[in-house]
Amino acid sequence: MTGLEAVIMTIIAAATPLLLAAIGELVTERSGVLNLGVEGMMIMGAVGGFAAAYVSGSAMLGIAAAVGAGVAMSLLFAFLTQTLVSNQVATGLALTLFGLGLSGLIGEAFTGLPGAKLQSVHVPGLSDLPLIGPVLFGQDVIVYASVALTALAGWVLARTRLGLVIRATGGNHHSAHALGYNVIAVRYGCIAFGGATAGLAGGYLSLVYTPQWIENMTAGRGWIALALVVFSTWAPRRVAVGAYLFGTVWIMGLYVQGIGINIPPQLLASLPYLITIAALVVLSGDRLLTRVNPPACLGQPFVPDR
Amino acid sequence: MRLALERRPEQSRTMTVVSPLIAIAITVLVGAIVFSARGLDPLHALYVYFVEPVMTLWSLEELAVKTAPLVLIGVGLAVCFRANLWNIGAEGQFTAGALAGAAIPIMFPEWQSPAALPLMLVAGVLGGIAWAAVPAFLRNRFGVNEILTSLMLVYVAQYLLDWLVRGPWRDPDGYNFPESANFEGWHALPTFGDGRVHLGAVFAVVAVVVLFVFMSRTLKGFEIRVSGEAPRAGGFGGFSRPRTVWFCFALSGGLAGLAGLCEVTGPVGQLQPIISPGYGFTAIIVAFLGRLNPIVVLLAGIVLGISYLGGEAAQIELGVSDKIAQAFQGLLLFLILACDTLIRYRIRIGRRETAVATDA
Repeated sequence: MTGLEAVIMTIIAAATPLLLAAIGELVTERSGVLNLGVEGMMIMGAVGGFAAAYVSGSAMLGIAAAVGAGVAMSLLFAFLTQTLVSNQVATGLALTLFGLGLSGLIGEAFTGLPGAKLQSVHVPGLSDLPLIGPVLFGQDVIVYASVALTALAGWVLARTRLGLVIRATGGNHHSAHALGYNVIAVRYGCIAFGGATAGLAGGYLSLVYTPQWIENMTAGRGWIALALVVFSTWAPRRVAVGAYLFGTVWIMGLYVQGIGINIPPQLLASLPYLITIAALVVLSGDRLLTRVNPPACLGQPFVPDR
Repeated sequence: MRLALERRPEQSRTMTVVSPLIAIAITVLVGAIVFSARGLDPLHALYVYFVEPVMTLWSLEELAVKTAPLVLIGVGLAVCFRANLWNIGAEGQFTAGALAGAAIPIMFPEWQSPAALPLMLVAGVLGGIAWAAVPAFLRNRFGVNEILTSLMLVYVAQYLLDWLVRGPWRDPDGYNFPESANFEGWHALPTFGDGRVHLGAVFAVVAVVVLFVFMSRTLKGFEIRVSGEAPRAGGFGGFSRPRTVWFCFALSGGLAGLAGLCEVTGPVGQLQPIISPGYGFTAIIVAFLGRLNPIVVLLAGIVLGISYLGGEAAQIELGVSDKIAQAFQGLLLFLILACDTLIRYRIRIGRRETAVATDA
């Protein structure tokens, strides 16, 4: 593998969990729900995926468990915010705090154990091509899934009836309700989708990125994914661009250090967070994008029988 | 069968009081189930976790040590959340305050003077305010969401601390451990009793009383409540939202910074890579359990303080990981939010038609 291939591969690896978590949250927010619990769903996906893969010895079972853990967490959020009409911001925070705590407890038994790593796809012939071989044909299934899910979400939201209903629910839930759509059910579905992708993102971290369990291993990626949704102004295509830009910045820091420029590693480690803030500030300069695009009902509770 | 909500004509005062108690009761019940699933006698385990921490003088003092930072941060956050402002980066402001205050003894170790500690306290508060000022400024000037920015700065503060204790601020006589020199003499916070309870506990009580009076008896407190509940009405009333943002972030950041400084000059006694078991995040739970009311926040701080102590006791006596404390804390916040539904709604379990009929 050449140097350039290695760089591109690491960028994709850094971008994939962000893209997965962000595309799920984007769909959730398009339906009018702000779920700040991405970090909590992600970390539960990471610990659930690792535990299942370790116990069963199968990385694929691990992935399934990661998705399951993410969905289970998201349904908890959905029950509170949709059925019990709790405050979405506070409930999302609770989901994150609960996920971080519970994952630490579950994961303690697995700390330091060697994990089952998900193997990359290998297409004979194609995967051995220079540069595009490993980049296009030598990734693992989660990377392909992240791209496919992004394309699927973009298509469904823009081109299908289901997408129209989701957008209507997020844009004006009273109208959607009056038209006979079940706002709560649509939102349950979108929240669960967000949970599934966040769980998968966590599974990617503990089964591929660093195939082991480390406490708090998501390291704020869930929050960065939330920022990416804002950064993308709720458009799936731009979420992908943002995630890969972000992965690039994340990895460039490591390479800058590698070529011997003396920067404290802590400064490099805090770069993603500083850049997230900077990106949000830059974006806010464009008032049109930030004002027109957010779903009008984002974060507002809906009670049908009122 | 279907679960339906029926809006109450007005918020239930009874439920405001009862709902957190239900939440605590369910958390304890879940605790009992978890303990018995691990093959422990649930009653004994619950006793060790929740009761023993308040049974001896030693542990009561330890409880005050844990409760002080939770309450200091929690009352500030309660005011913030009242204004519908989401400062969730208190952990970062805590760290920034600790760093700003600790800079004085680390850079001038020879300067032992009665003026040192007050100066450090002021620096701690200012450090916390400075860290909280960033999200406040960005929100007011650019309309950037304060949730994301305040949280991002937590990581930045933690890396800054990590760099300082491994690099420039490492104790030259410390055998290369990533620690600063110990804070001694006028650089250490005065303590009471057996030497664990520190001045921070006094600050916490003062903050509770002052903020209670402030929120319930002053115009500014009223302005903050209106600004949170009905921002449009506040605007018509001439209340400035940006000013409220500045005020709330400075207040909560300053208190978190003070808590951070008290922690490193008190119980911790030096700077280390990790100076807090997540006080800044747990304080969010304290604020909600405390009904965003300063006096109740004090009680809530004690409850969450017990959860920390209980976690330690469970690890020592029951062989259960102390990580269980954080899981319980998260669960508790969940249940509080779920039970708070009862304040505004009645829950009807039955067919849909009945719910509509009674509502009309």
